[in-house]
Amino acid sequence: MYKAACRLGLVFFPAFDWAIDPTHPEREERLLYTQDQVLEEGILDIEGIREYRARRAAVQDVERVHICVPEVGARVTESHLIAAGGAIVAAEAVLKGEVDKAFAIVRPPGHHAMRIVHGARGFCNINMEAIMLEYIRRHYGPKRIAIVDTDCHHGDGSQDIYWHDKDSLYISLHQDGRTLYPGTGFLNEFGGPNAFGYNLNLPLPPETGEEGFLSALEHFILPVLADFKPDLVINSAGQDNHYTDPITNMRFSAQGYARLNDRLQPDIAVLEGGYSIEGALPYVNVGIILALAGVDYSGIREPDYSPEKVAQSQRVSDYIARLCDETYQAWEQRDTLRAEYIRGKKEISRRRRIYYDTEGLMETQEETTLICDHCGGLSWIDSRTDRGQHILAILIPRDACPRCQEEGHALFERSRTTDYPDGIYLQERVEDTLLKK
Amino acid sequence: MFVGLDMGGTHTDAVLIAGGQVKRHCKTPTDPEDFLRTVTRTLDAVLEGVEGGQVERLNLSTTVCTNAIVTGRTSPIGLLLEPGPGLNPAALTCGQKNFILSGSIDHRGRPTSPLVKEEIKAADRELRQAGIRHLAIVGKFSPRNPEHELAIKDTLSPGYQFITTGHHLSGRLNFPRRVFTACLNSAVAATFSAFAGAIKTYTTARQWPFTPHVLKADGGTLSLEASLSLPVETILSGPSASIMGALALAPTTRDAIILDIGGTTTDIAFLADGVPLYEPRGINLAGYPTLVWALFSYSLGLGGDSCLRVKDGHLVIGPDRQGPALALGGPAATPTDALITMGRLDLGDKALASQGLTQLGSRLGMTAHELAHAILQQMAAAIVARVETLLAAINSQPVYTVREVLEGRQLRPRQVIAIGAPAPLLAPELEAVFGLPVLVPPLAGVANAIGAALSQPTTELTLLADTQQGFLTVPEEGLRERVPSGFSLDRARHRALELLQARLRRLAPAAAGAELEVVEEQSFNMVSGFYTTGKNIRVKVQVKPRVVPLDRQDAQGEAEGNV
Repeated sequence: MYKAACRLGLVFFPAFDWAIDPTHPEREERLLYTQDQVLEEGILDIEGIREYRARRAAVQDVERVHICVPEVGARVTESHLIAAGGAIVAAEAVLKGEVDKAFAIVRPPGHHAMRIVHGARGFCNINMEAIMLEYIRRHYGPKRIAIVDTDCHHGDGSQDIYWHDKDSLYISLHQDGRTLYPGTGFLNEFGGPNAFGYNLNLPLPPETGEEGFLSALEHFILPVLADFKPDLVINSAGQDNHYTDPITNMRFSAQGYARLNDRLQPDIAVLEGGYSIEGALPYVNVGIILALAGVDYSGIREPDYSPEKVAQSQRVSDYIARLCDETYQAWEQRDTLRAEYIRGKKEISRRRRIYYDTEGLMETQEETTLICDHCGGLSWIDSRTDRGQHILAILIPRDACPRCQEEGHALFERSRTTDYPDGIYLQERVEDTLLKK
Repeated sequence: MFVGLDMGGTHTDAVLIAGGQVKRHCKTPTDPEDFLRTVTRTLDAVLEGVEGGQVERLNLSTTVCTNAIVTGRTSPIGLLLEPGPGLNPAALTCGQKNFILSGSIDHRGRPTSPLVKEEIKAADRELRQAGIRHLAIVGKFSPRNPEHELAIKDTLSPGYQFITTGHHLSGRLNFPRRVFTACLNSAVAATFSAFAGAIKTYTTARQWPFTPHVLKADGGTLSLEASLSLPVETILSGPSASIMGALALAPTTRDAIILDIGGTTTDIAFLADGVPLYEPRGINLAGYPTLVWALFSYSLGLGGDSCLRVKDGHLVIGPDRQGPALALGGPAATPTDALITMGRLDLGDKALASQGLTQLGSRLGMTAHELAHAILQQMAAAIVARVETLLAAINSQPVYTVREVLEGRQLRPRQVIAIGAPAPLLAPELEAVFGLPVLVPPLAGVANAIGAALSQPTTELTLLADTQQGFLTVPEEGLRERVPSGFSLDRARHRALELLQARLRRLAPAAAGAELEVVEEQSFNMVSGFYTTGKNIRVKVQVKPRVVPLDRQDAQGEAEGNV
């Protein structure tokens, strides 16, 4: 019989009774064939692999990360809470030492969900990884965490949530935003003023093949991780870089995903997107499971696999090599670059428009952050939607210094609901509370 | 009259039931060298003076196959595997000769690469040269489409004695388990067939007009003829016989724990609303995980004959059995000696029992009586601790729908049903530690044979319909038929029940009126691009396992037969 070299916890929550709508890619059928493959391969009988039952995350677990407008209950379904809870179960199994690694194969996904949630974006309402990570930090103490997002779409939600957090390095590999939703994820999105350089994007050109992904891992991701020295590595394991994915243009394979995870060795992987539900997901998920468990994955192959399907042109190879060099140099110079960026400023503002594709809603944010050398810095966001909602969100970070904490409270006190008719929110991460007036 | 017989490793029990009452029961030692003689001798004893014409049913639970495996008296197996891409199949080559064949089927039952005839022919030549006559043919995803397994079988030369094809065993997905199950099935086929032949001879000689049935691990039976092709199903039927016996003796509609306390082990099972729980994936047989559908039963190495030791200043009970109790001339002190010393049991030489306990007690600073109490308490505590661990695992079993997560049905036993010879004597300690009522029904000592007598035929079927491809598959029947595009879950359920009824009529004609139930049903819209292209429907149906509860046992039947 098979034996895992590494104890692996699996949380499988396919939500067989939940869909965005009947023909939406995010529907009941999505993980059906993955389940078939996992069962038929006898994965759950492998000694050292243990399956856990997903549970429902609490509203407070969501509020630690998101400001849902008007409240959590209005923005999530039970399935979202169970997917987030499933990720938490996976992480806890690792932190309690019951297993060495864990993989949460849950749906729906979450990496497009930002701090403020007015609705669904890119099939995401709340951010599973972030809810999981902040739960871990709350219950298991502070941790340096690296998130490596291998979904084909830029994880703009995860980027937004960790924009000001130096202890959470976010690295995203994705198809260039000029050619794919959500259209962001460029090198110049480098992190907030107090965490400059801790948000790294590698926009890969369309038609990137197996070689391209693996060389980006070897020549960019692994060296950065070696510098950062995280306590935990998380893989946002989107599977839509696959050559059969219907909504993207990449050329990655199950074997490639397995090798990537074998080299990356994340402590926890969480499923994100991936909509080639028959041709890719069954094989990619099995490949990742085996790679994490340290079981021979060399025989995992899609029925229609051929080397041509995952090949890339020399142009693509050269482009990726330059991209990796340039981004790694920026990472190395992050402190110098930050000094230039913040020079002489007390606070930095940015104005953004955020589109919620599922409901066709446009949000305009004006965000201001205090420059701070002691913490992530107090931020506040003035948020309006084209449906007429207007709120103020005040965000006191987890590691807030006394000044940022006090100023946050003072701002909450003096802001008037007449200016913000739909609410003033104070996300107080030191106290772990969310206040609203 | 119904006759039930349960052959265990140590004892063989038989009962005669008439008019809802146990009329006779007897217990004989099992002769490991001659199972057939054990069976016939026990049947002769329980049927003494009964006219052949009065017997309407004979159900047997046997260990012949288990014993053949344990003692290595199984047939050598030729294993033909069609693993396709995936996990390394080298770990599954459990035959004497193994062949990894080309070809593959995917999760929807579509062939994704062809078989290579020459490979099969070459394997065939090698098998014939080696004189191997028992084969197992197993393909990955064969329950989704059996055509490759059947084609492999057809390509082989005729003349093999027994061939198991994987899809015939179960509709459940699990390739490694299917491989092991198929190998075991073929490996014990000859042993089982010889046993079945002898039983047939015995019943024919008595001119019994009915077919004997054999117990399966799922708490049901299968006719002797039908079990010839599925002997693996009969391998571990003992625990299920006991569970069904407990249900016949103490029917309940609540969550409950069933304990079968024997000489060597205590078997633990659970009832949810009075219905036994199943093993979710199949049981382990001879160290191999299999697809054999079985009632959940956990065997704890703790029984009346468990060996007692003092280790590092602590009392250790079991998990081994060295022999019978000291009082009966055994080599080491046992919990049975504790019961004898306490006066709860009048058996053998009491002096020998209390001497042994005094000696053991002196190393723990206890008198024989104090030690006897400590032994029973420790035994009860160990059983309860294990029950709690098992319950925790059962209650955290994964579920895959929002509805199930929110419902969060938890098993919360309200009572304990204890059977087996030491059960009534250990009940006070168990009651104290469990904090639950412990019911020990009368005749608890032969509950296994009662369960055997009263179990009914069961069988199951899996129906998979793929309306995009336009057919349905029923692997257990090797059936593939066309379905129209509008085929629905309702129609699938109806067809599955119809096929199950036909299967039951074929496997056990007398049980045609049994209650059928749908165990699982799912229907998924399959979408390609943004259009629904069909439905993927999965239905699992079974004959509901049941026993007829006995009438209240006021009289305990006739005196116990001795052989």
